[in-house]
Order: sequence, then C-alpha cells, then structure tokens
Amino acid sequence: MTRYFTEDHEWIEVEGDLGTVGITDYAQGQLGDITFVDLPEVGASVAKGDSVSVVDSVKAASDIYTPASGTITEVNQVLADEPELVNTEAEVGGWLYRMTLSDAAELGSLMDEAAYKTYVESL
Amino acid sequence: MSEYPVNDDNQAEDLAPMLLPLDAWHRKKGGRMVEFAGYMMPVQYEGIMAEHLWTRESAGLFDVSHMGQIYISGENVEAALEAALPIDLSTLKTGSVRYSLLLDEEGGILDDLMVTCWSTGFYLVVNGATKWDDIGTLRELLPDDVTLNHLDENALLALQGPKAFAALERHVEGETPLSALTFMKGASFKLGGVDAWISRSGYTGEDGFEIAIPGEAAAQVADLLCSEPEVKPIGLGARDSLRLEAGLPLYGHDMNPDIDPVSANLVFGINKRRRSEGGFPGAEHILGVLAQGASKLRIGLTLEGRMAAREGAVVMLGDQQVGVVTSGGFSPSLQHPIAMAYVDAAHAADGTALEIEMRGKRLPAKVVPMPFVPHRYHR
Repeated sequence: MTRYFTEDHEWIEVEGDLGTVGITDYAQGQLGDITFVDLPEVGASVAKGDSVSVVDSVKAASDIYTPASGTITEVNQVLADEPELVNTEAEVGGWLYRMTLSDAAELGSLMDEAAYKTYVESL
Repeated sequence: MSEYPVNDDNQAEDLAPMLLPLDAWHRKKGGRMVEFAGYMMPVQYEGIMAEHLWTRESAGLFDVSHMGQIYISGENVEAALEAALPIDLSTLKTGSVRYSLLLDEEGGILDDLMVTCWSTGFYLVVNGATKWDDIGTLRELLPDDVTLNHLDENALLALQGPKAFAALERHVEGETPLSALTFMKGASFKLGGVDAWISRSGYTGEDGFEIAIPGEAAAQVADLLCSEPEVKPIGLGARDSLRLEAGLPLYGHDMNPDIDPVSANLVFGINKRRRSEGGFPGAEHILGVLAQGASKLRIGLTLEGRMAAREGAVVMLGDQQVGVVTSGGFSPSLQHPIAMAYVDAAHAADGTALEIEMRGKRLPAKVVPMPFVPHRYHR
C-alpha cells in the first residue's frame, strides 16, 4: 500500500488498482468543524482533478478534487451521520470514497508523505 | 480541497490590511487571523462550533474594534441627524440606544447602525467595511455647524452570553450599578480602572454588553474579562453563526443599496413618527413601498438534512425561481442548516414549503419566523 498526497490536501491510498480517498489532517484543521459531506455517486466515472465531493464546515463549503481518474466503487456511509469523523480521523476512519483507478501512471505526479509534509510546512 | 469564501468581506479595499489594537492579543490567544473589512481579525480560536456553543451557554468576548465609532454634536444636532436618518430622536432618552439605517435617495440601505443619545450629542456605531463611506455620506448630509468626530482611537469589545453580566459586574464601577442597564441602555463606567461606555446590546441574540474603551487599554480589559472563568475569546466565525441564528441581518449580504428597509423586514428601523412625516433620505420611495407592500421579503428558512444552503443559492417553488439565499449555514445550536433569503412576497408566509438549489440538488426548506433561536435580551 502506498499513500499519495495532492497540493489541494487530498490523500489517496493505493493497493493494486484500488484507491481510498480522503482529506488530510491539515485540511480538516483548516476547515474547522465539518457538518456535512456531499459524497459522489457509486458507479460514477471521474477524471483526475474533477470536483467529486464537497465538505461543508460551519463557515464554508470546500470542493474535493479526485486525485486520480477511475470509477467510484464505495462511499463512506458512516459520514452521513458522523461527518465530524473527518475532523477526528481525517486520514483513517474519515475516508470519503473508494475507487478503481483507470490510469496508475497519474499517481506519479502526486507527492509522497515526506514531500507533502515539506509542502505543508511551506504554507 | 479549495474553500469557497463565505461571508468574507467583499467590500474591503485592495490595500494592505490594518492592525487593530488587539492584534497581538489575538495571536497570543491562538486566534487564526484573516483579513476582514480591511483589518486582520480572528476568525476562530479553538473552533467555531465550540465558540458558538460557549457563547450560548456562558459568555464570549468579541473584538469588534473594526466597527466605526462616530460622535456627532453641535447646534441643532437633533434636527440635523433626523434629516440624515429615519430615527425619532424625541423619543430617544439620554443613555438609550436605537437601531437605525443609513439610506440613499432611492431608499436603498447604505448601512445599518446603532445610535446612542449622549448628554452632549449622539454616538453612532456603524459597520467596519462601510465606515469610510458612511462618514462621507454623513458629512454631506449634516450641516457645517454639526461636528462629526471619528473616534478611531477607541476599541470596541462585545461580551455576550447568559453569564456576561456576572463576569462584567465584578469589574465595573459607576454612578449606577450595571444591573440598572436593561436591553438597549448604556452608561459610563470604570472597567478595571479604564473609562468605558457600556451598553446592554449586541449581535448574538443573547444578553450582553458592548464596551467602548480607549484602544491603548484594550489588551488590559480583554485580559481582565478573559480571566473570568465564564469568558472565552470568540472569533468572527461564531459571530456570524450566532447572528444568523438570532435572525439578525448582516450588511453586504442580507442588506445592500439595492434593498429597501421594507423588503429587508427592518421597518422598525424607521421610527413611527418618521413613517408618517417622512423627511429622511429615500422617504418618498420607502413610504410608497410601505403603502403598497414589498414585492420581495427577507425571510428565514429551515432546511431538512445536513447540507447547508449558502449565499447566492436559488430558492425554487416547483420550476419557478422565487428567491435567493443571502446568508446560510449549519446552525450549531439547532444542529440543522438555516438560511436567510429574499423571496417573492407571495411565497413569504410562515410554513411555506420551498426548495433550495445547491450543487444540482434540491434541498427541502420551509419558511419560518425569525429568530431561529429565541432572543434572551434583558429587557
């Protein structure tokens, strides 16, 4: 399993051609109290960089851009009742959706954990 | 992730932000500073939800020093101010505070403000983003023998919540006890030895106080109040969610120059005598709207589900657009989304079922009376 990060603060954990996507702990800290997560439709075909989900906090709504292209296979149903899980477990239980990847080569443009850490420190 | 700016201040000028007297104090307290109305201000400390709920159950200290404090005095100041504002000053006693509106010649709202009668003149508090324009407008409207002083060396704090009185009372001395102040009344006090004008007023729907003090004493007073166990500092984020629950409109969002006070449901800001006599900017248009009724009205909406409607979202009745959301968000006290919107008067009655379009979805919404959360003013 390998985890990649985007400059927009999404993470994707990849195992074979399956990916699990969420927002980073840094992102949830910036957003504050999350009150609702608008998740994509299972079966939807998405292209890297598409806005596929929206995270609502008390103060604002934030687009989530998918870090990779492919098809949505599952969404985190727990978030319907417990959106605050994205605050408390952003990079674990607060994952947003799972997908099959259509182009693994896309992952090459993403950051690894060390690069993301350096990126966040530069902000 | 990219954030839509919501309820930021689009009127702030494109200049380097200015610093308020409590800038260092906010940073020391862990405030997350953002630009608002041309100033760097704290949007939150520990988190909007926690700060919001703390204010509703205890007491929150807000720095609102960005707001404009103006003192107006001189010969015939009453008549001059009545020509500028739709207020009836003959019924405003010394030490009393009243909500009023600054209007343009077409009856559009340039700002909303608080007017306090001092023994020597009138003290106005106006919105931060509009204060420079307001001062210009007022200077044009007021005759030369009336003096307008911008009290820009003052800070303004608000202490809001059911425990605000208990926390503040421990530190004030005055000719009258703090308990003598009821809602929309003010008086001079010494607050921790500092000269302070304190009124029982605010923007949260809670009992509370607004405290004008010299800017150089602001950190000392803020420390004094936050040393009380009931008091925590509260940022702009919770200020916005608190005022929304209280049904209080926000200038630049729920009011602007294209909206008249009748449509905004702010007729109470035009005092009764002025409604019959007129003689204020925009009177002709506004009295006409009053007689005929407004074509659209500011109303409250509660939403089903958890997805919040945001400013700019369209309000629908079937296939027909009947309005637009001007403020909206998740209510921390009610745990569901609420919104203010302007809708066609025909669909503004309480209980009307409408829908709000958000990101391609239709959110069921119902017109409800405001405030969403009952006011708890000390009358």
